[in-house]
Amino acid sequence: MPLLEVENLVVEFPTRRGTLTAVNDISLHIDEGEVLGVVGESGAGKSMTGAAIIGLLEPPGRVASGRILLEGERLDNLPYEKMRRIRGKRIGAIFQDPLTSLNPLYSVGYQLVETIQTHTDMTPTQARARAIELLTEVGIPAPERRVDQYPHQFSGGMRQRVVIALALCVNPRLIIADEPTTALDVSIQAQIIALLKRLCRDHGTAVMLVTHDMGVIAETADRVAVMYAGRIAEIGPVREVIKNAKHPYTHGLMGSIPSIGHDNERLEQIPGAMPRLTDIPVGCAFNPRCPHAFDKCRTVRPDLLPVEDSWTACWLYDGEAGRTIEASKTLVAATKADALLERNHG
Amino acid sequence: MAEAIAKTREARAKIRDAGGREVAMLKVQGLKRYFDVSAPWLNRVIERQPKQILRAVDGIDFEIGQGETFGLVGESGCGKSTVARLIVGLYGPTDGSIELEGRDIAGLSRQQMAPMRRRLQMIFQDPYASLNPRWRVRDIIAEPIRAFGLAQGQAAIDAKVGDLLETVKLTARDGEKFPHEFSGGQRQRISIARALASEPEFLVCDEPTSALDVSVQAQILNLMKDLQRAFGLTYLFISHNLAVVYHISDRVGVMYLGKLVEVAPAKTLFATPRHPYTRLLLDTIPDLDMTGRERMPVAGEVPNPINPPSGCTFHPRCPFANDRCRAEIPQPRPLGDGAIVSCHGIEEGRIPDGPTLQAPARPEGLV
Amino acid sequence: MAEIRATPGRGWVESVRRFFDGDIWYSFTRSPMTMAAGAVTFLYFFLAAFGPWVAPHDPFDLASITLLDASLPPAWLEYGDPRFLLGTDIQGRDMLSAIIYGSRVSLLIGFASVILSLVLGVGLGLISGFVGGAVDAFIMRVAEVQLSFPSILVALLINGVLRGVLDVQNQADLAYAVLILSIGLSNWVQFARTVRGSTMVERNKEYVQAAHVIGISPALIMWRHILPNVLGPVLVIATIQLALAIISEATLSFLGVGLPPTEPSLGTLIRVGNDYLFSGEWWITIFPGAALALLVLAVNLLGDWLRDALNPKLR
Repeated sequence: MPLLEVENLVVEFPTRRGTLTAVNDISLHIDEGEVLGVVGESGAGKSMTGAAIIGLLEPPGRVASGRILLEGERLDNLPYEKMRRIRGKRIGAIFQDPLTSLNPLYSVGYQLVETIQTHTDMTPTQARARAIELLTEVGIPAPERRVDQYPHQFSGGMRQRVVIALALCVNPRLIIADEPTTALDVSIQAQIIALLKRLCRDHGTAVMLVTHDMGVIAETADRVAVMYAGRIAEIGPVREVIKNAKHPYTHGLMGSIPSIGHDNERLEQIPGAMPRLTDIPVGCAFNPRCPHAFDKCRTVRPDLLPVEDSWTACWLYDGEAGRTIEASKTLVAATKADALLERNHG
Repeated sequence: MAEAIAKTREARAKIRDAGGREVAMLKVQGLKRYFDVSAPWLNRVIERQPKQILRAVDGIDFEIGQGETFGLVGESGCGKSTVARLIVGLYGPTDGSIELEGRDIAGLSRQQMAPMRRRLQMIFQDPYASLNPRWRVRDIIAEPIRAFGLAQGQAAIDAKVGDLLETVKLTARDGEKFPHEFSGGQRQRISIARALASEPEFLVCDEPTSALDVSVQAQILNLMKDLQRAFGLTYLFISHNLAVVYHISDRVGVMYLGKLVEVAPAKTLFATPRHPYTRLLLDTIPDLDMTGRERMPVAGEVPNPINPPSGCTFHPRCPFANDRCRAEIPQPRPLGDGAIVSCHGIEEGRIPDGPTLQAPARPEGLV
Repeated sequence: MAEIRATPGRGWVESVRRFFDGDIWYSFTRSPMTMAAGAVTFLYFFLAAFGPWVAPHDPFDLASITLLDASLPPAWLEYGDPRFLLGTDIQGRDMLSAIIYGSRVSLLIGFASVILSLVLGVGLGLISGFVGGAVDAFIMRVAEVQLSFPSILVALLINGVLRGVLDVQNQADLAYAVLILSIGLSNWVQFARTVRGSTMVERNKEYVQAAHVIGISPALIMWRHILPNVLGPVLVIATIQLALAIISEATLSFLGVGLPPTEPSLGTLIRVGNDYLFSGEWWITIFPGAALALLVLAVNLLGDWLRDALNPKLR
């Protein structure tokens, strides 16, 4: 049984101009010890998905339908108090800005000890020892001294480590990390990514890594879900999605990332912009920007179909449409990712 | 716009020095900018604290040729944005010179600067903060046209604004709207249109795509390349994203704590990075090729720029540092292939060549 | 949350349509209390603007006042006269008309003094926040000193000085000017502090830097770029200050340093009526008092609502 299962999740925002659907019928699962990357551009609904799972949707946002199961237990309909306990104990959260996740008025140690004592019955001395142990584990030098310092005395990267330590306090089964490296410098980013990966391996914690940065996903995730306009466009093993993108959107997204060593004068670009939630096109939401769109794309919404090792929501891969997988593969062949693969392994 | 292109080309042809050599578009020498970040006077006296000086930019030299794109990379707090603001005159330099086509513009008064401003414009990072939310787009773009008197009469101004909007792939009708009606990428296009409105030759771009999604970033980068070709523009392109800098730049400068540690043609810099800091940066970029790769991240963080380390400021993080590095400030030295590097180790030849930072003994303890 | 695309507007018809479609109007229609406050405020404004046409009597027309009508109670009480709904004062003036004329005076002085403190405060706040340094320190120290005294005390002080300098006793018109100056000068600090704060935020935004790069002069940047972006909170303060200014005027008039009884404001009416409160003619002071309370309450409620409606965090 997967650790986390999300089935047909729909997140809505009722506004006075009508209800906006931020997350529209997505299903995914995360296994124990697995890192699932969720990528997408702003407005794709990736953060909303994370927030729905930890029950921190900002009102008036709400889970309109679907189920969220953690180790077989429904989370989506739990009362606030119960959810709060699960959030502390079984699901940890790491957000983009470490400063807002820490209370500036209390020392780092106090915050760690408080969290530990809320969820376990350790004595204050034990809890403090555990706090120092956690700080050591996330790579903070001189933890015995640092434990009594305040958040402002830590640099950005160190703060994010403290936030990770807070999330790890009670050995959660799942960590939702929403853009954990976005606010950090590249060299610090790499340190945090390595830390997350190591923790995942050592503790068997599953991570849902929400980010816009394909590079971070490539390095960290085992599987990746690409989101577009509130839906999953493609989901599969990270190598498969990056090097052998199926969905035209994923494909365009990959092409638009500049990368060192590629001397193309122009980047591939997807015309237009992601639709606003108020006017998501009928059929496949990507159809107005898709170079391969045909009639069916403009009328019928595609569901995820298995293609090779991954799943993709695209009519190009639907046999009935008169296009075989092979044909569509040539359509999206000669990709930059393929070239990369050759360069690295050929 | 054709007229504008002809005009810029004509202007370009004239600028040569006595020897007939082309004069650099921008030449920066010994540029310094210090900020006083001391506590208020009373607190200082009571708490007996010394004055605190932040050396945001601490003596840098570089040149940008006409029609060239010079990329400036570095981590936050390295002073790259201060360089941008010094060049466009938002800050006055503490010391040093900034020559725009042979004329020193450092520390000119607002009036003296006026004729130079038309030729020197800036694109900002945050598409949400760089457009006045209370102004219609057409007024935003028309502001430089009016300020420099580049068109007379409402009809002429409207026509020019319409042209500019079309140049950045928006429509003339978009001029009627307010900034909040546009997405981040479209706003950045408006920002570019405003920068182009004065028919400049040199654009300072401060992280113009950092706030944008990747697919939008690709659109903006492509647009900037197209515009460069069409108008013969020269860019100073500042970013923390090495891949973006590699993609757009002809030459690249790497900044660390207010100093340029390495300047080299883009290809050279990324193929054979010399300075240990450059190697560290290249080592740490997450790249699409790296799926499943285990990577040893480099330890340490950027030190506090108010209290920079002695000697070479990078020495606490550098695996090759020795006593000389801790004591003596390295000077920029040109290497054969167009690279200029400030590093004792490179000068002495004691740092092995290689694309990455293969340290003899890596400091342990940190992840 | 996603922004909702608005259609490009053309002309004032479009602007009006957009306003009524906008979030502010929406929040107005969703709050019955605010709508009631709006209705009451509108009624006062209407009465103030068209007082001479809607008031049943002209309280200043000596020819129409007779002592025979003096001290009549409200119409619904014994001895009440249907001609005088809220009764009459000891000179036989209709209270309702006096209140209408009084509100007119109170609102006039309130508005004028708020405009004075707004212009002064916004100007000083802009300069303070934009220029910074010693100028900022000087303006803000003055503001803090003034703030450390209750504003009514400052108003009394200014009032006293002005009365000493000017010959107010003989020129009734001057009484208006003195009141407006003393209330206006005692209330600019709120505006200045708020505007200074917002200016310091706006000053560092990139659109202002862009204007610098174009070479727009600092004065024009303040006027054209920063001012329109700091006016939101100013509107809120102005509304709340209007209520305060009306109270200040009433207080000064009540203390006898405001308008003379020949041109009564609500405060003057209360003061005059106060003398008869214990001799049974309670209506002479209670009705103007209630009118004042209602006006101030309504304006204050509007200010509160406006503060919430303009604050994106509370929306």
